[in-house]
Amino acid sequence: MRYLPHNDEAISRMLSEIGVSEVDELFSDVPSKALKNVKFNLPNHMSELEVERYMKNLTKNNLVASEIPFFIGGGAYQHHIPSAVDHIIQRGEFLTSYTPYQAEISQGTLQSLYEFQTQVSMITGMEIANASMYDGSTASAEAVLMAGRITKKNKIVITEAVHPQWIETIKTFINPIGMKLLKIKKKEPGKFEDNFGEICGNIDKDTACVVIQIPDFFGSVGSYTDISKKCNEYGALLIVCVTEVLSLGLLNPPGKFGADIVVCEGQSLGVGLSFGGPYVGLFSTHKKYVRYMPGRIVGQTSDKNGKRGWVLTLNTREQHIRREKATSNICTNAGLCALAFSIHLSLLGETGFKKLAVVNHERANFLYDALLLVKNISLLNDSFFNEFVISLPSSSKDFVEHACRKGIMAGLPVERLFFSLPNSKNMLLIAATELNTDNDIKKLVKLFKDYF
Amino acid sequence: MILKESSYGAGLDMHEPLIFEQGNTGRIGVDLPDTKLDTIRLGKCKIRNTIGLPDLSEPQVIRHYTRISRNNYSIDTGFYPLGSCSMKHNPRLNEKIARLPGLKDIHPFQPISSVQGALELIYNLQEWLKELTGMPFVSICPAAGAHGELCGLLSIKASLNNKGLERSIVLIPESAHGTNPASASFCGYTTDKIEEDSFGRINLVSLENKLDENVAAVMVTNPNTCGVFEKDILEISKRVHEAGAYLYCDGANFNALVGKIKPADLGIDAMHINLHKTFSTPHGGGGPGAGPTVLSEELAQYAPIPHVIFTKNKYDIIENINSSRNSLGRMRAFHCQMGTFIRALTFCLSHGKDGLKKVSEISVLNANYVKSRISKSIKPSYKLNCMHECLFDDSFLRGSGITTLDFAKALIDEGFHPPTMYFPLVVKGAMLIEPTESENKETLDLFCNSFIRLVDQIKSGNKDIFLNAPQYSPWKRLDEAKAARNLNLRWNKTT
Amino acid sequence: MDKKLYTKEHEWILLEKNNTAIIGITNYAQKQLGDIVFVELPEIGKEFSKGEEIAVVESVKAASEVYSGVSGKIIEVNKNIINKPQVVNEDPEDKGWFVKIEISDLEEIEEFMSLKNYQTFCSDLE
Repeated sequence: MRYLPHNDEAISRMLSEIGVSEVDELFSDVPSKALKNVKFNLPNHMSELEVERYMKNLTKNNLVASEIPFFIGGGAYQHHIPSAVDHIIQRGEFLTSYTPYQAEISQGTLQSLYEFQTQVSMITGMEIANASMYDGSTASAEAVLMAGRITKKNKIVITEAVHPQWIETIKTFINPIGMKLLKIKKKEPGKFEDNFGEICGNIDKDTACVVIQIPDFFGSVGSYTDISKKCNEYGALLIVCVTEVLSLGLLNPPGKFGADIVVCEGQSLGVGLSFGGPYVGLFSTHKKYVRYMPGRIVGQTSDKNGKRGWVLTLNTREQHIRREKATSNICTNAGLCALAFSIHLSLLGETGFKKLAVVNHERANFLYDALLLVKNISLLNDSFFNEFVISLPSSSKDFVEHACRKGIMAGLPVERLFFSLPNSKNMLLIAATELNTDNDIKKLVKLFKDYF
Repeated sequence: MILKESSYGAGLDMHEPLIFEQGNTGRIGVDLPDTKLDTIRLGKCKIRNTIGLPDLSEPQVIRHYTRISRNNYSIDTGFYPLGSCSMKHNPRLNEKIARLPGLKDIHPFQPISSVQGALELIYNLQEWLKELTGMPFVSICPAAGAHGELCGLLSIKASLNNKGLERSIVLIPESAHGTNPASASFCGYTTDKIEEDSFGRINLVSLENKLDENVAAVMVTNPNTCGVFEKDILEISKRVHEAGAYLYCDGANFNALVGKIKPADLGIDAMHINLHKTFSTPHGGGGPGAGPTVLSEELAQYAPIPHVIFTKNKYDIIENINSSRNSLGRMRAFHCQMGTFIRALTFCLSHGKDGLKKVSEISVLNANYVKSRISKSIKPSYKLNCMHECLFDDSFLRGSGITTLDFAKALIDEGFHPPTMYFPLVVKGAMLIEPTESENKETLDLFCNSFIRLVDQIKSGNKDIFLNAPQYSPWKRLDEAKAARNLNLRWNKTT
Repeated sequence: MDKKLYTKEHEWILLEKNNTAIIGITNYAQKQLGDIVFVELPEIGKEFSKGEEIAVVESVKAASEVYSGVSGKIIEVNKNIINKPQVVNEDPEDKGWFVKIEISDLEEIEEFMSLKNYQTFCSDLE
């Protein structure tokens, strides 16, 4: 077995050092009922070659996003990842190191996380950020819990235009501690501000936080200063969710709109689709709330000789010190995905990040304009970044299946996630990124024309 | 004689400024088309101004990260005996497989018919985990161990609710990971401690005294974080169940048992499995991991969505909350930590049932070997044979003026990553050593030699090598108090 | 009648005139905690009953609650230790005081230890 290090001689010498005659003696505390006669109905080990064959065989039954015209978004986006990203994250020093508890020999990870925190603060327009969460959805749930701790209030006002799976995650997290979720219906998907009046009307003295998303689940964007003013008036926190982090290269950031906590899914930069995970959650807030924040935080300090360095700080918030009183139970986070995010953003820089966002908006515009010319389809958005929702004359799921058979991933049928929205059956969410060529878009448009 | 230290470094000791300090404007590390926006459809949202990110070229970025990477200790560069972390070799085949386009490059919301291979992979890993634990169901969604604890405890809570039972307490031994009480609080439970006996095990009398109709669950780690197997586990399970409570097992130490026994035979109701420990998906400086959680038949109906099933000759995914009536809901967006699953299944296939059995046996052999050698120099916290990790405490440091922290830092000067320090909390100044199955005897001997040499230095009263440690690392002892008192969590133009 | 007493939770209580008392943590406590990096103090005017948590003190490796040994109302807090928590390490039983409290029930102080008893109590913990 190629991964195991001992020869027979080493094993027998080690056993004699320990003073036992066989390894099973070391398992003597295990109930014999469990130890004896145990059978595993599993195969024996395989060589590298055999494993590769097995796995490659599995991949044959998947349609690969990068090999076909691809328009699915809905919280995970297909973007091009520069080759430098994967090269760096495969360096053993990053890939195979543990959480940087021993700071003197972990400065690589610590420095990169300090840079990550800075980048996240900058792009969200907030003062501080942590060193990552599992993903955007769990980050949003943690943000809601944090708002509860800060305000000591119970009510959460959330718009239905937040990603439905994020809302479900929030529900699961708040349920055991008795916070209450008030979900404000979306009447007109694609109109960003359509339910803001009702949201504002429901903010009161019991409100811990208001949760919105931009671009929202239907892709639309706009201003939410009215909500943030109302939040301020009642001492509620404004939590802004971002599922397409690239949008921050073009849109005024949540920090400028009065957000108190910003949570993003960072998958778009450096991480890739990977069938839904692992991704990386970004979490930023005001400095005054730092002690309420979940997750690891890296802080700058100096060593004995005065040399600048970094350490994990404010550990007393965390489970390994505070145990039942910790701000969260999170331990392992998304370190390597955070690094990938950070490298991609470093490669882009200010110029590239903005430029890539512009390319995405332009591609989506190109698609939008082309679809305007298709009969029987209505485009519902009055604004968008790189994704929007359209209404078809019949089931969007059937159309997507049809397109899939033709080798095109046409988008996300809204009803796959939205079970209650009227007319969701015919709605299709379509995303366009820098990867969609004119030709891809023409193929999709033709498919619409032929089908309807 | 060095006249003046260069700000670029010295030899291979590299001084690398922050990426923000090297930036400029007008460069780029990714070529993108020059696009003009003829139409802007951003509604009432303004276009953003300056962000403050630095512009760099690709060579600058590669060099920056390569230089800072060299300041990290890693498994690839050395022995990493962190207790309860299972820092084992990360096979590169796993990385290669995870990067196959047919696995890496698929979207979670593609039509089910276009991801049959991906679902089959998840299904197969489910089958492996079920067979290895003997449990009938596995929830795939947890993103890490703590997330898995949440999954298990919330399933237990849902089950109790369904029975109309309001129970408010979770019992946890003092030696447990901090995530256990934190997860219990997360679920709205209060926690109470179970005392340990003189061997670091759960004290049955203490357990019995605290088990009443208010107890929802007992969380155990087996083997526990003292490296000792809970010998009375069947009795513990029996009494917990008689009291109407559930037995949750923290699977962080599954490396001691994998392929050797089935945890189901120990009478557990739920257990998370840290794929980033036992199944060797890389730690990546703190994550990502995955914590799929096995559940008993009774708890399975409450499991969070989604689940992958095989029916009518095809794979499907249950992701609609309405079609899983008793489910506790959703714990995250999308399905699972797919990238981690791919690596874990690759690990399983590469090892097979024969290799996995050797994983647990050799990890236990290695830990006992280290324990036996070091015990000739200092007393272990518990005399018994250990499982896959062994525990020492600071009794040998008493009166020396040296702390566990100092001793750990001196190990760095010997070229080793220190063991887990100050954990578990049941002994003073703990040092928990887990060698894993990856290490050969020669490496273990080098480590033991260093450890014993340092103990000898303590005995001969040499303080300096501890108080000044680490001396050979690129950074000397870092000031944690300063970091916490003068919080500086990001770079600013003025700093 | 200045009188200094000690609790099992390692707080000291200095009784002053007019039923007021100053509360802080003992030298033993600050040594156990190590470098103190953060102190959270209550609002002035807030009332506590005996045994309630009145403050939080954090070091790099530990967080600990400070309890009110007596019932009463906070009349003053030591703002200096918020900005300079290290003062609690340097001078725990004088400049590093936490709060001044107006005691509502003087009888409650009777169970506390004298310095001598407290010292014995600490040496038993070692």
